[in-house]
Amino acid sequence: MLKTFRLGGIHPQENKLSAGKKIETLPTPGQIVIPLSQHIGAPAVAVVQKGDAVKAGTLIAKANGFVSAGIHSSVSGIVVKIDDITDASGYRKPAVFIKVEGDEPEPFIDQSPGLNKNITLSSEEIIRKIADAGIVGMGGATFPTHIKLTPPSDKTAQLLIINGVECEPYLTSDHALMLEKGNEIMVGTQLLMRALKVKRAVIGIENNKKDAIVHLSDLSKNYDGIKICPLKVKYPQGSEKQLVDAVIKRRIGSGKLPIEVGAVVQNVGTAFAVYEAVQKNKPLFERIVTVTGKGIKNPSNYRVKIGTPVNELITAAGGISENTGKIVGGGPMMGKALVNAEVPVTKGCSGILVLPGEETARKERRNCIRCSKCVSVCPMGLSPYLLMTVSEFSVWDKAKSECITDCIECGSCSYTCPANRPLLDYIRLGKNKVQAHGVSRIV
Amino acid sequence: MDLILSAVISLGVIGAVGAVVLYFASRKFNVYENPGIGLVNDVLPGVNCGGCGFPGCKGFAEACVKADSLDGLFCPAGGMEVMSKVAGILGREVQSAVPMIAVVRCAGSCEQRPHVNIYDGVLSCAIAASLYGGETGCTYGCLGFGDCVESCLFDAIHINAQTLLPEVVEDACASCGACVKACPKNIIELRKKGPKSRRIFVSCVNKDQGADARKECNVACIACGKCEKVCAFDAITIENNLAYIKFNKCTLCRKCVKVCPTHAIPEVNFPPEKEKPPVTVEENEIRN
Amino acid sequence: MENKLLISPSPHIHGGDSIAKNMYGVLIALIPAFLVSLYYFGIGALLVTVVSVGSCVLFELLIQKYLMKINPSVCDGSAIITGVLLAFNLPSNLPLWIVVIGALAAIGVGKMTFGGLGNNIFNPALVGRVFLLISFPAQMTVWPKPVETRWIFFPTVPDGIDGLTGATPLAMIKGHFGHLPDYLDMLLGNTGGSFGEVGAGALILGLIFMLWRKIITWHIPVFTVLTVAVFTGIMHAVNPQEYASPLIHVLSGGLLLGAIFMATDYVTSPMSKNGMIVYAVGIGILTSVIRLFGVYPEGVSFAILIMNAFTPLINTYIKPKRFGEVAKNG
Repeated sequence: MLKTFRLGGIHPQENKLSAGKKIETLPTPGQIVIPLSQHIGAPAVAVVQKGDAVKAGTLIAKANGFVSAGIHSSVSGIVVKIDDITDASGYRKPAVFIKVEGDEPEPFIDQSPGLNKNITLSSEEIIRKIADAGIVGMGGATFPTHIKLTPPSDKTAQLLIINGVECEPYLTSDHALMLEKGNEIMVGTQLLMRALKVKRAVIGIENNKKDAIVHLSDLSKNYDGIKICPLKVKYPQGSEKQLVDAVIKRRIGSGKLPIEVGAVVQNVGTAFAVYEAVQKNKPLFERIVTVTGKGIKNPSNYRVKIGTPVNELITAAGGISENTGKIVGGGPMMGKALVNAEVPVTKGCSGILVLPGEETARKERRNCIRCSKCVSVCPMGLSPYLLMTVSEFSVWDKAKSECITDCIECGSCSYTCPANRPLLDYIRLGKNKVQAHGVSRIV
Repeated sequence: MDLILSAVISLGVIGAVGAVVLYFASRKFNVYENPGIGLVNDVLPGVNCGGCGFPGCKGFAEACVKADSLDGLFCPAGGMEVMSKVAGILGREVQSAVPMIAVVRCAGSCEQRPHVNIYDGVLSCAIAASLYGGETGCTYGCLGFGDCVESCLFDAIHINAQTLLPEVVEDACASCGACVKACPKNIIELRKKGPKSRRIFVSCVNKDQGADARKECNVACIACGKCEKVCAFDAITIENNLAYIKFNKCTLCRKCVKVCPTHAIPEVNFPPEKEKPPVTVEENEIRN
Repeated sequence: MENKLLISPSPHIHGGDSIAKNMYGVLIALIPAFLVSLYYFGIGALLVTVVSVGSCVLFELLIQKYLMKINPSVCDGSAIITGVLLAFNLPSNLPLWIVVIGALAAIGVGKMTFGGLGNNIFNPALVGRVFLLISFPAQMTVWPKPVETRWIFFPTVPDGIDGLTGATPLAMIKGHFGHLPDYLDMLLGNTGGSFGEVGAGALILGLIFMLWRKIITWHIPVFTVLTVAVFTGIMHAVNPQEYASPLIHVLSGGLLLGAIFMATDYVTSPMSKNGMIVYAVGIGILTSVIRLFGVYPEGVSFAILIMNAFTPLINTYIKPKRFGEVAKNG
């Protein structure tokens, strides 16, 4: 019996079209646009000016405040301008435009291909290097990693959980990374363990990636303290709270973080980025992106420079078909629909998903038939049908007392609803309202 | 006979006991309320729109009765008519208030502002606005899903089927401000209704730079500054690439309307301009 | 790209479940019981079912189109289920005009007055059934004998028990007369009663199908039946002469039909698992009380309707257990 989380959950069609595809490196486009806000928290502040020459790895924007992260150039070239660009949601946000010239990395980056297993640095030095490299949560949450590695002084971490779950349908970037960069992930995990001063780490992987489980299990024999935990395929297992529940059977209370039960969760992509940053001095300016979906001719996994326009990826994957309905940044359950394909790839973009219209278009909304399927799939044990109704009719205090802020926005309720009700749309609205009104969480 | 008698007696006793209990309960739990509150409440519109800033008409009535003067207390839905009644009941002076009206500051109809994507979520401005910029290139403009229509208690705002923009019904608008609060894009503003309902305003809230704004919408304010220069009354300011007409200073001279290159300043309820000289001559003749 | 992209909040895919899929799933689950009723009650069962379904669908269509002025949604199958369930709760010799009245009460009063599917408080089929039971007690409590009435069109409603009619097992228990059918007959459906409720085996087959297709969960049927079994079991142990054995109670009457198909009605049953258990236990207790101590020999319909009324209360007070709630208290 495989481990999994114990409340709710769904099993959508996996559709891992690009599974088993090797990671290809995408050619560098002629111009790169790097947004200054790629993480949760304050946008970074540009430190380059128009006309400046930059190399791959040059810091172009520094972190602004505590919750923020630096941003590095992903190519060598000239800064054309610092101007607004339409981001994924159609709003204009500042970005650095770099015209690509040559292919010259910063000299401090270690270009040698060999694996560097020697961990010499102390916890503080590792965390500082991670902060300097601008690493954020690579699973999509984009929370600056160095903050997660410095738990509040009254809490101590006992266990590091590496999230290799990739529970979203379609996405395979973490899968490909685990197959090809297993050793680097292991060293990255050990670096994170050192940073957190913990002795044990568990890599949680869903059972639909058997080859990755076997591969990493073999490798883990060479690394002390790292265990592989195969998990039953169930969405949303990649959510922190659900993953902690699945691995160590502890439920984190409402509004609390995993550190409450002594755990810290990091994505496998983050572990790999940490390896590159600490052992190879390479800042975060590349990531693995899955380009997939039924509207794409050749679903593939690419190593992409941050700032590459999405349509470059789509073209490389064979272009999109006629009936494209939606281009999603991220997975189909929690990703964000893009307003156009010119937006650049950012640090948190794990996939580009092209969905045909008929697969993604919403169907006619009907009356709630009270089938209670949303209640039984909710991984947080909420009553989505009720939360939707109270949000629709603006009964915010009721929304608050029904713990609307506990919602992790996984979308299981909307996915399941036989009446096609937009449950999560309204719940998200209510959640925003309740949080915006300065109402603290009810515990 | 016994049966009837016992029934009458038992019912009588129950009734008597109930009466006694009710009597003491009403004495014990009696809450004194100023009778004025009821009287004032009766003349108020009773729609509980909240435009006065109090929780419903009853709350406003209480505030009127408690307050020493009616300064700052105004029922936008009822207007002067209702307020003078209230003043009559309470024997106080009523403060005159300038009639206001809700104004939709977006003129980006379908032709002026082409759609670039299709929204497929819940048809609610609040939800769409929290998700993204909108169906058109302009991220400031009206989304057209009618949260303002939903919020209006007076049926005074409707979405025009052609332009997909909300339109305010002049006579019905109570200037309660519900739509202003409902609009997530802050497009609707309460402005002075103006003499004979004549008013001018900048019908745009786009803060993008001129060139971008122009690309997004044909009737956007591009912050060219012509209106600011032409205004003799210092009523127009330009901030964040957007012109704004202060309705307290505006004299409705309409110079700005004429200079605006994008026609972003509409004039409302003005008679058509008489420009051609012959018309004037005819008029003179009639007068003579 | 000429096509404009669609934009919506996540999730961007849907599981493909629909109201119609669930409703037709329930109808498929009702097929075995229908076949059993056709075998034992023949043409009468067929006629009553056809008329009941037809008039339910028609009434829903008319009300939606002309009274509510909305797009008719009869294709989702919920009116068909109401029709079938109403028919299953009637004797096969019921005059067809009474069936039509029952359908009108079920759809018109039980469902559409509240706003249609999803808004009704009471199970529409049971509203129709109870309406008929109270309005036409004579016709509603005379049960044709199985097999013998198979080929008779419109068996007339006799004044008393004659060759073609028989009593239900529960009526026999209540009145202390007749020979109770053996368990095998009750399992197969060879007893008197409403024609849809007799075939216990077929109903359980339907339950298994619905559980397999994940249309319903096991909580309501299992706990309802279990409660009746325990309650009547205790009474039987106390006084075996007066009270029948729990197995007879479980297999006879409308208990299985009610517990499997009517108590589990989505709209009128509670949302949380614990709420469902409370609801099911309530139905079980009320059924047993009516059966053992009440005037009517059968009480499932009343029990379900009464617990329907409690469903909003149960939903308010019995919420699903939230994630992390235990960790917080412990």
